[in-house]
Amino acid sequence: MKIAVCVKQIPDPASPYELDPTTYNLIRPNEQVLDDTDRYGVEVGLQIAGDTDGTVTLVSMGPSGNLNGIRQALAMGADGAILVDDEALKGSDSLTTAKILAAAIAPESFDIVIAGTESTDGYSGILPQQLAELLGVPALTYAKKIDVDGSTVRINRQTATGFDTIEAPTPVLVSVTAGVVEPRYPTFKGIMDAKKKPVDTKTAGDLGVDIQVDQRIVMVVPAPSRSGGQVIVDEGDGHEKIVAMLEQAKVI
Amino acid sequence: MAWVFIEETETGPAAVGLEILTKARELGSPTVIYFGAGSEAAFATLGDYGATEVFHLVPAEGSTGIAAATAAMADLATEHNPDVILFGQTYTDRDVAGRLSARMGKTIISNGIDVAVDGGVGVTTELFGGAQLVTTMFEGEGPHLVLLRPKSFPAEPAGGAAPTVTAVPLPDPGHAGAARVVGNFIEESQGPKLEEAAVIIAGGRGLGSAEAFGLIEQLAAPLKAATGATRAIVDAGWVPYSKQVGQTGKTVKPDVYIACGISGAMQHLVGMKDSKMIIAINKDEEAPIFGVADLGIVGDVHQVLPKLIEALENR
Ligand SMILES: Cc1cc2nc3c(=O)[nH]c(=O)nc-3n(C[C@H](O)[C@H](O)[C@H](O)COP(=O)(O)OP(=O)(O)OC[C@H]3O[C@@H](n4cnc5c(N)ncnc54)[C@H](O)[C@@H]3O)c2cc1C
Ligand SMILES: Cc1cc2nc3c(=O)[nH]c(=O)nc-3n(C[C@H](O)[C@H](O)[C@H](O)COP(=O)(O)OP(=O)(O)OC[C@H]3O[C@@H](n4cnc5c(N)ncnc54)[C@H](O)[C@@H]3O)c2cc1C
Repeated sequence: MKIAVCVKQIPDPASPYELDPTTYNLIRPNEQVLDDTDRYGVEVGLQIAGDTDGTVTLVSMGPSGNLNGIRQALAMGADGAILVDDEALKGSDSLTTAKILAAAIAPESFDIVIAGTESTDGYSGILPQQLAELLGVPALTYAKKIDVDGSTVRINRQTATGFDTIEAPTPVLVSVTAGVVEPRYPTFKGIMDAKKKPVDTKTAGDLGVDIQVDQRIVMVVPAPSRSGGQVIVDEGDGHEKIVAMLEQAKVI
Repeated sequence: MAWVFIEETETGPAAVGLEILTKARELGSPTVIYFGAGSEAAFATLGDYGATEVFHLVPAEGSTGIAAATAAMADLATEHNPDVILFGQTYTDRDVAGRLSARMGKTIISNGIDVAVDGGVGVTTELFGGAQLVTTMFEGEGPHLVLLRPKSFPAEPAGGAAPTVTAVPLPDPGHAGAARVVGNFIEESQGPKLEEAAVIIAGGRGLGSAEAFGLIEQLAAPLKAATGATRAIVDAGWVPYSKQVGQTGKTVKPDVYIACGISGAMQHLVGMKDSKMIIAINKDEEAPIFGVADLGIVGDVHQVLPKLIEALENR
C-alpha cells in the first residue's frame, strides 16, 4: 500500500507558547519538534506498510526551520517527505492547510492517508475531515484500532460511550487517536538514515493553491483568573481539611 | 438566521445540541439540522428548546451517513443562506462540519465557548488552558461555521411549540460516502454520569497503578460522585476513554472536583477549571493544578485518600 502520513512540526510543548503581539500568530522557532500526536499516525503507517510491502511518505505544511520534526518522523522509518513551506501561508486556517495538503497528496494516488485527530498546537480538530472531502474519499475518524484486509480498511471509531466498527474501501483517510498503537523509538541507524532521506520542498504556488483566510483574531485578553486558594502540606490531617471543604460545599 | 446541527444520541437530541440551541435563540428563531432516525418526541424536544423549523436528515441503513449529510446540508445552506451554522465540538459534529467547510469553501472557527452576531460574527475561544480569551471574527460571506465546546451554555427549555419538520433526502456522495458501520460496542458504566454529577473524583498518573484507581471509586461511593481521569491514564489503559476529562474528553462543571495525582496540564484544565470548587491532592507543591485549586493538599494520594475514605464512610 502507498501511504501518506500528515505530520506537523510544532514548537516544543515543553516551553510556553506565545502569540506574536501584532499578527497573533503562534511564534514558531527555527527548531520545532514532531507533534507527539503524529507519532501515532507514523507508527500506524509503518505497520501497514510493513504488512503490505508498502511505502510511507510524510506530508507536511509549515515553516521548515531546521527540519528537526520531519527528521524525527523519518528516523522512525518513513521513506521520504513532501514539505510545503511558503511565507504566504503564515497564519493560514485549517481549510487552507487542508487545501495545501490535498494538492500535495492528490497527484500521488495514495491508498491510505493518515492524520492525527487533533494537533497539539492548533487543535482545531477538523483538518482530517476537510482533507477527506477535498480528496473525495471516505474518512474513518478517531480510530482506536485499525485492520487492513485486502483493500478494505476497518477501524474502531471512538464514540462518547464506546466505539463503532466502521469500514471503507481504499483510497481512504484515517484519523488516529493517541493510544492506538505504541509508537516506536528511532534506532541509531534510523536517525543516521533520516539525514539522507529525500525531503521534497514545495511552495503554495507550485501547487497552484490560492490562499484565502476568512477568519482573523481581533482581540486577545487575559481570562478572568481563578484565584488559587490555600495550599497546605499534609501533616497527616489533610483529609480533615478536605472534609471541612466538602461540608462548606454542602455535598456532605 | 442561525442553524444548529444536532446529532441524535441513544437518549435523543445530543445534550450539547440543546445547549447550543438555547444560545441560538438569542440570534433569532433557530433552525435545526437533525441527524438521526428522529421521532415525535425528539422533534417536540427541539421545539421546546426553541427550534421553529427542523430539516431532518436520516443516514441510509448501514452507512455512517456523514458524507451524504454534508452534501445535503451544503445544498440546503446554498438555498437558504443562513448567517451561521453552529456545531458541537464532538466527534460526529466535527466530521460533518469539517466536510461541509471543504465542500462550501468556508472557514471554521473551532473550540468556541461563545458566539456573538453583532455587526459581524465573532467567536470567543480559550488559549493556553484558559489563561487567555481570544476573539476571532469571520470575514467574507456566510454561512459562517462554528464549533462550540460542550457546557459553554446552559440548556434551558423555552416551552416552544412543535417545529415544522421537513425530511430531506440524502444524495449519493459516491466514493466519499463509502464508510459503513459494521458493529458497535457500548462500554458498561455504572453510577452517575460525569456530565451530570454534582461531585467528581478524578485520578491521574500519580495514582501509580490501574489498581489504585480503586481508591477513586471508593471515595466516589459515599459522595455519590462520578469518577473521571486524565488522558495519561486512559492511554495507559487503566480506565476507559469515557472517563476522560479535558480538551479531548469531557467538559465538566460539577459543584466539587477532587483531582488526585493530576498535574494540571492545560489540556486537562480546559475540561474542569470551571468547576465551582476544586480540591487537589498532589505530592509536588509546584504542580499547576494548585493554581486553580480552592484547596490544595501537598501530599501522597496513598496517605490522604485512605484516611479521607474512612472519614467519609464513618459519617
Ligand atoms: C491556538 C490556535 C488556534 C487555532 N484555531 C483555528 C481555528 O479555530 N480554525 C482554523 O481554521 N484554524 C485554526 N488555527 C490554525 C490551524 O491550527 C492551522 O491552520 C493548522 O495548520 C491546521 O489545523 P490544526 O493543526 O488545528 O489541525 P487539526 O485538525 O487539529 O490536526 C489534525 C491532524 O491533521 C494533520 N495536520 C494538521 N496541520 C498540519 C500541517 N500543517 N501539516 C501536516 N499535517 C497537519 C496532523 O496529522 C494533525 O494531527 C489555530 C491555530 C492556533 C495556533
Ligand atoms: C492534543 C492533546 C490533547 C490532550 N487532551 C487531554 C485531555 O482531554 N485530558 C487530559 O487529561 N489530558 C489531555 N492531554 C494530555 C495532557 O497534556 C497531560 O499529558 C495529561 O493530562 C497528564 O496526566 P496526569 O496529570 O495524569 O499525569 P502527569 O502529568 O504525569 O502528572 C502526574 C502527577 O501526579 C503527581 N504524583 C505522582 N505521584 C503522586 C502521589 N503518590 N501522590 C500524589 N501525587 C502524585 C505528580 O507530582 C504529577 O503532578 C492532551 C494532550 C494533547 C497533546
